[in-house]
Amino acid sequence: MKFGVVVFPGSNCDEDMVYVLRDIMKQETIKLWHKNTDLEGCTHIILPGGFSYGDYLRSGAIARFSPIMNSVIPHAENGGFVFGVCNGFQILCESGLLPGALLHNASRKFICKNVYVKVDNMNTALTNSVPQKALKIPIAHGEGRYFADSETMAALKKNNQIIFKYCNEQGDVTAEANPNGTADNIAGICNAGKNVFGMMPHPERAADELLSNTDGKFLFESILKSALVHA
Amino acid sequence: MKYFADINVMPMKALLDPQGKAVTGSMRNLGLAEIENIRIGKHITLEIEAPNKEIATAKIDDACKKLLCNQIMEFYEFELREA
Repeated sequence: MKFGVVVFPGSNCDEDMVYVLRDIMKQETIKLWHKNTDLEGCTHIILPGGFSYGDYLRSGAIARFSPIMNSVIPHAENGGFVFGVCNGFQILCESGLLPGALLHNASRKFICKNVYVKVDNMNTALTNSVPQKALKIPIAHGEGRYFADSETMAALKKNNQIIFKYCNEQGDVTAEANPNGTADNIAGICNAGKNVFGMMPHPERAADELLSNTDGKFLFESILKSALVHA
Repeated sequence: MKYFADINVMPMKALLDPQGKAVTGSMRNLGLAEIENIRIGKHITLEIEAPNKEIATAKIDDACKKLLCNQIMEFYEFELREA
């Protein structure tokens, strides 16, 4: 198992992600510069948060055509693990590896705060070790309102591709707990093959004891457990 | 032959456009309350060298579909004229 964190111009959560994977989870982790096309033997590809290409045109629209994506897309299509957080999620939607799109928050505000999310499907490589409780994980985005047409939404539900929903502290999925107007309280989804994951909340910002919040660590533990199962 | 294109990329009609809504709200403060349903998109101009108008149109259409417009949330239209 080897993790590769892709660095685009404007990525700003790459260091946090590498820190959590390397120093907390004790995994072999390297950075992959977006202009390269070699995944350097990485089995797990992470697209971190940030503002790739300054969010020009649309969030993630230009990063989707970075050279590294010519290797990330076939890796994903061959069943390889790919995980995008925040801007990484937006890039995965723009690239077509995940369905739907992320629109401006309904409030038009950039929202940066701790929110609660609940796992909707525990049977995935990202969620298998997550307890059935409300997880406190921060969000920090201006464009996180998930949208897909009704046909796509029906397919997501049918295939159990909705993996995280915003909820309140008690774990109830309510309209009040929806921070950005996202469809069906969706905070994260996966592809039909269950190997490509995207979520707006930042688990890498909630995985260190020093931050007094380690709810995000459950996701990284899930990834390791899943990799061991398939090894 | 060189052509100029004017492309409009707009949020889909069925989708909430928070930017347009906020600007619509501000019209009341200007004393222009009769203005409603403002929607805000992007206007893109470009130049293209092509043997004829049909090929230029096809290439711009390709650029719109692949990058300039995300057809999940936006739609586009464009006009082409000889330079």
